[in-house]
Amino acid sequence: MGNGTTIGRVRGLGSSHHGTHHWLAARLTAVGNLVLVPYFIVSLALLPGYDFAAVHAWLAQPVPATALVLIFINTFYHARLGVQVMLEDYVHEAPGKIAAWLLINVVPIAAAAFGIVSVIRIALGGA
Amino acid sequence: MAQAHSNRPISPHLQIWRWGPAMLVSILHRVTGNGLTFAGLGLLLWWVGAIAGGEASYTTFIAYVWTGTASTFSVYTSILGKIVLIGLSWAFFQHLATGLRHLVLDIGAGYELEANARWSVLTLVFSASATALFWAVVLMPR
Repeated sequence: MGNGTTIGRVRGLGSSHHGTHHWLAARLTAVGNLVLVPYFIVSLALLPGYDFAAVHAWLAQPVPATALVLIFINTFYHARLGVQVMLEDYVHEAPGKIAAWLLINVVPIAAAAFGIVSVIRIALGGA
Repeated sequence: MAQAHSNRPISPHLQIWRWGPAMLVSILHRVTGNGLTFAGLGLLLWWVGAIAGGEASYTTFIAYVWTGTASTFSVYTSILGKIVLIGLSWAFFQHLATGLRHLVLDIGAGYELEANARWSVLTLVFSASATALFWAVVLMPR
């Protein structure tokens, strides 16, 4: 690669055309969480008990199971965006940035997948 | 990367500002968000995984996080578990309230000094009250 022209050296380095995506996605998922997580917390508080039978019976129902699957998708996406902003503020060296990039792109997907599989197992029997 | 090595002046940091409600809740928003991510989502996964694993694994989860009946070790982890769970519930309500505050600030409202400070304090009042109410309902005899 040569040095290129002045404009060629800066093209693709900025946020043109997608600068607001991260910000907007954080707000969208925040509004989703605003509905989903209070539903989960209120339901949890109102459970008839916290023994295995009570918790399992509640989570095996379609609406709570759907809500929890959506919570895993939405909260992990929201958390990933937030943690990215935090890491961008505090990690300044290249090796750390690569590690951070791996962390925020691999861990949330793996973790959410585990949560969703667990809910499916509870909802569709087997446990 | 450049600023990490240069001797140029950096912007004033925490110790230089006089603490105010807006500054406090802004910091709390980040702290609670990361706490909810690493401790909250971690515990949520453990909880749902334990239920999916069956009655024995759920009993183990409850023993280590709440009742402390599995082993001597679980007696100590259950103390930690209660502190973390109560802390997480507060962190959620605080993050919810400061998140709503940010949505209002995003539309350009609430920047007047007095209104900004008042709503910042109200997020703290809300999170403390909601945490107390939540645990009152959870611990209510059934």
